[in-house]
Amino acid sequence: MPFEKVVTRRFDNLEAHKIDTYVATGGYASLRKALDTTPEAVHNEVKAASVLGRGGAGFPAGVKWGFCPPGVWPRYLVVNGDESEPGTYKDRQLLERDPHQVIEGCLLACYAVGLTQCFLYIRGEMAHAQERVAAALNEAYEAGYVGKNILGTDFSVDIVLHWGAGAYIVGEETALIESLEGNRGMPRLKPPFFPAAVGLYGQPTIVNNVETLANLPWIVEHGAEAYTAMGAENSKGTRVFAVSGHVNNPGVFEVEFGTTTFRDIIEGSDYAGGVRDGKKLKAFIPGGASAPWFFEEHLDLPLEKTAVDQAGSMLGSGAIVVMDQDTDMVKACHNLVRFFARESCGKCTPCREGTTWLERILSRIIAGHGRPSDLSLLTEVCENISPGIAWPPKQTTICPLGPSAVSPIASSIERFRNEFEDYITLSDRRVIPVGAA
Amino acid sequence: MTDTTDEIETDESAEIEEPAPPPGVPITVNGEVFCAAPGRNLIDACEDAGVYVPRFCYHPRMTPVGMCRMCLIEVDTGRGPALTPSCMLTVSDGMVVETETEAVKKAQDGVLELLLINHPLDCPVCDKGGECPLQDQTMSYGPGESRFVEEKRHFEKPIPISDTVYLDRERCILCDRCTRFAAEVAGDPLIHFMGRGNQTEVNTFPDDPFSSYFSGNTVQICPVGALTAKPYRFKARPWDLSEVASTYPNAMGDRITIQSSRNEVLRYLGVDSDAVNWGWLTDRDRFSFEATMSEQRLTAPLMRGDGLGNVDDGGDELVATTWAVALQRLVTALEDADNNAGPESVAVLGGAQLTNEGQYAWARFAKGVIGTDSIDAQMGDGLPADIVASMPRTTISQACAKGGTIVLLSGDPKEELGSLYLRLRHAVVHDGATLIELTPNETGLTKHAAHSVRVRPGEVASVAAALVTGTGGDELAAASAAITGADSVSVICGRTSLADNASLTVDAINTFASLDTVRFLPALRRSNVHGAIDLGLTPGMLPGRTSLDAARAAFTAAWGSVPAKAGRDTAGILADAAAGKIAVLFLLGADPLADFPDPELAKAALDGAGLVISIDPFVNESAAYGADIVMPAAAFGEVDGSHTNLEGRITPLRQKVTPPGTARPDWMIAAELAMRLGKDMGFASVADITNEIAAVSPMHANADAAAIDAASDGVLVSGGPAWTDQGAPTPAPAYDRYSFRLVVDRTMYDGGTQTTMCPSIAELSKPGAVRISSTEASKLGVRDGAIVRISSQRASVEGPVVIDDRVASGIAAVAHNHVGLDIRSLIDMNELVTDVRIETV
Repeated sequence: MPFEKVVTRRFDNLEAHKIDTYVATGGYASLRKALDTTPEAVHNEVKAASVLGRGGAGFPAGVKWGFCPPGVWPRYLVVNGDESEPGTYKDRQLLERDPHQVIEGCLLACYAVGLTQCFLYIRGEMAHAQERVAAALNEAYEAGYVGKNILGTDFSVDIVLHWGAGAYIVGEETALIESLEGNRGMPRLKPPFFPAAVGLYGQPTIVNNVETLANLPWIVEHGAEAYTAMGAENSKGTRVFAVSGHVNNPGVFEVEFGTTTFRDIIEGSDYAGGVRDGKKLKAFIPGGASAPWFFEEHLDLPLEKTAVDQAGSMLGSGAIVVMDQDTDMVKACHNLVRFFARESCGKCTPCREGTTWLERILSRIIAGHGRPSDLSLLTEVCENISPGIAWPPKQTTICPLGPSAVSPIASSIERFRNEFEDYITLSDRRVIPVGAA
Repeated sequence: MTDTTDEIETDESAEIEEPAPPPGVPITVNGEVFCAAPGRNLIDACEDAGVYVPRFCYHPRMTPVGMCRMCLIEVDTGRGPALTPSCMLTVSDGMVVETETEAVKKAQDGVLELLLINHPLDCPVCDKGGECPLQDQTMSYGPGESRFVEEKRHFEKPIPISDTVYLDRERCILCDRCTRFAAEVAGDPLIHFMGRGNQTEVNTFPDDPFSSYFSGNTVQICPVGALTAKPYRFKARPWDLSEVASTYPNAMGDRITIQSSRNEVLRYLGVDSDAVNWGWLTDRDRFSFEATMSEQRLTAPLMRGDGLGNVDDGGDELVATTWAVALQRLVTALEDADNNAGPESVAVLGGAQLTNEGQYAWARFAKGVIGTDSIDAQMGDGLPADIVASMPRTTISQACAKGGTIVLLSGDPKEELGSLYLRLRHAVVHDGATLIELTPNETGLTKHAAHSVRVRPGEVASVAAALVTGTGGDELAAASAAITGADSVSVICGRTSLADNASLTVDAINTFASLDTVRFLPALRRSNVHGAIDLGLTPGMLPGRTSLDAARAAFTAAWGSVPAKAGRDTAGILADAAAGKIAVLFLLGADPLADFPDPELAKAALDGAGLVISIDPFVNESAAYGADIVMPAAAFGEVDGSHTNLEGRITPLRQKVTPPGTARPDWMIAAELAMRLGKDMGFASVADITNEIAAVSPMHANADAAAIDAASDGVLVSGGPAWTDQGAPTPAPAYDRYSFRLVVDRTMYDGGTQTTMCPSIAELSKPGAVRISSTEASKLGVRDGAIVRISSQRASVEGPVVIDDRVASGIAAVAHNHVGLDIRSLIDMNELVTDVRIETV
């Protein structure tokens, strides 16, 4: 599969985070090129490239840019760098290894849409990424790529770096905006508050993922045609996946979007190199902790949005977590649910109370105090958070965090019900040795 | 709600007669087409259509947040039915709403089960049990039993979050009502969510309690028993309470419900009245039932007597007696006064606390029966009655209209008229009203004011003139343009300071009155003072905002006679009494020693008056010092009648409990005295008086007893003489920059009966101090808490300094009626302003 790496092209160069290396390897050339054309031309190029948003929802970026109501100013660009989905670490790599590429992407987006203010929101725990981006921003300001009258033109952009305080929910765009405004990170209900219409400080706001923006310099440099030449019908270009779990070679891999399969990326020698110790694959999560699980029969599905959606899961944030044959599925499920229970912001009743209840039932089962009725109880609590437990999920909550906790439970109970039953029935007969308490 | 239902019925009948479509947005609710008001929130629209959607977090007076998820219903806007929180949706054309489908029931059942898993089942000891939305909705929509077998969430319970409110975090369902109220309505964002997920809790910041004047409202709107009020905690079960709708006797006329059990008032709740208080109350008012129930209430008449309890005119003690003895002594004195020095030797002070009916009975008793016009309900701290009666008025809702223009020319509403402050704050913060503030110091509204102009006492008229004529230079240009360019301007007018002369405020009002666009809202704060002015409890006027001369003929016909000439106001009456010209002085709930700006004059008056009769629920300072007879009056909650608020809105005020001992309503005392003087006024009931007011006062013609009872928002009365120009303003006295100009303002918790007689809030009253800005303090070289000497031409006092940067430079502010610093002796009421020196001691 011959394709050109787009966003990870400088990953082999350990000096790429410095502006000199970046410029020497073609950096900021796209910005110069864009400044010679009109903003509309850049916008059209991005639209033609049909870059799908890389944050999880997969909405075309160029189209999203067009949603701002006409005539309402100022508008803001907010970069969602609060990457906290378990198993996902592609944005962190992009920010650490090639921060200027992200900054150039921000500048191109601002130029295309006519924005002068950009906020880079980076997850609180990513200290190294923050340092690299801060240093890169200082370099870029000094070199005149960011700030007033960029490269001598009348195009000016200010980029503000904001560090998160460590909440998963702030990866949700409306919660991120609340957090950026200085409020408690809790999602806003939408509609009527789509950020493109009413966002940061009540103004139209475009929220884009780090990887999405990192694609822009390449697209402007090589053109939309070269970009769409790569990838499948509905998933153009390349995409970065983070593979983790029980594999020989976990890491971040850029692949051609839509043509590579799960088997390629999990088993390929260029990639994750297969399940560790030659064991068999039991299950894998295709798109971050929120996604329903996939199994062996899904390995030949392409890494392509439509195909994965139709199979009942999602590519989400590009995190593939592999579980081998020895994995205790009840514990794996508990691990994920505990994460969501702890990260629930506390706003909507079903998520706040429901995720914790699910976590406690699972804890109880694992501790050997399960009851036969617990499996139906788990399902029914899930129903109260996500009616019908269908995919894509319906939700009784504002944001998808609550239903996210439902995915691992639904997947694991459906496929590995016997493991749950073992925990429950065997423990029922277990005799606690005298004096153990 | 009744209004809206009526509307629907009329709409439907209109539809049958003529096929024109009813106005509004057609939506289908459970299969029935209903026309909702455009822009209406779906949850309210459903209720308008007669379909109640259960809810916890939604409150019609606050921004919806969609947190509790209880109001999830199925809404189809063309893309198929979807579970949607109805509080977050505005009605749109063709919306199809289902509130009783299986999916909805399952969602509601699920939310309730989830809310209950961590909710303690301590309903039997919970104040909310019996009136708890969580209980009620669980009964209606919830599951029968819990499937939760784990340990419930635990917090320390309960913790005090302020002096009056306790928080039980275990009971809390995190609906965001109290926190939204604190931030959005009261503007005191001192309680917040903390922690996350299942461990989210409401709490204050460490060492920063929820010390809001409005904290009690959070207890009322809490949908569970998480917030409880100290004065009500464990006092009663809701099913043991009986209640009556009434009006709180403050100048706003806040609508409330009085609840009692076993003849004891236990709670006041705010009633959501669109026109007035929107359901909110200040803590001072909400918890003031403790004063009504105080052990110190007077239960029998008192007269001077000896230490053995025997009545004796020369005695030093006040001893209990009977009504018969006290009334007889009084009647003899009144007859003697009439025979010796004529009716002018009788005077009445006070009466602002009375109901409209009490005020009318006393006005008629004084003016028609005795024949004296020296009667004044204001204690030298208000505005001249003729000015208040003739100013063109606006209403609260007009003043607070969207995008309106408001001029604040009064004391701080946050301190003096709490519920007006909340309405004004809402108008400015949420409804885009423009506030122009003309006050000596910063107020609770300063941070929201578009133009906050610091006006030194004495200069308010010239600043007003500069604003109206646009001659104020660059500094006032924007404020001036905001006033002169507005289609209508509402001026909230009252006294900003007791240390300057009322004529200064009158001059400013006169200046604004020259603009056709200006209407006024008089912000006199003394309970039913507006009723007192409207019903003639003021010299030179008769009921119906009319002057003695203008209505002489009509009232001579109605009452038999009216005084020949105008009487004197409070200052004049006290001066006369001090000069020995007053034979009988009534103190109708008045306490001039504590309240009148000149305490020396008040003392001399009590010494010089012949017979002093105090009619009051308590033995107040003046009564203890100088009353010969003290008659126990029934207090609020113990009398029927009506109340007039600052707009002229008359609302019913209802009796809930019986007065203690032999205490009587004020109107009965007037009626009894008239009868004993042989001039029976013919009052047998409160309704008799209400109806007589409607009969004799043209402006009250539509406010008879039946009309007041029937109207949900009361009867708005208006009228009065046309505004007359008051002439050129008095020039401002020169300011000497070596001295401070004194401002005597008011605070929410002062040393008044309403505060001191309530154990729960008495301690909130801070000790008196002189407040100056930090700049002035450093110039003087004094620190916070230092003792200084404050001197005027007249006297000097010593007291502590409090550094307060809301006080403008060049101004020394002292709050009226606080223990520790009585500044009144420094004020010369005949001067326009009071300048003081501050020296370190």
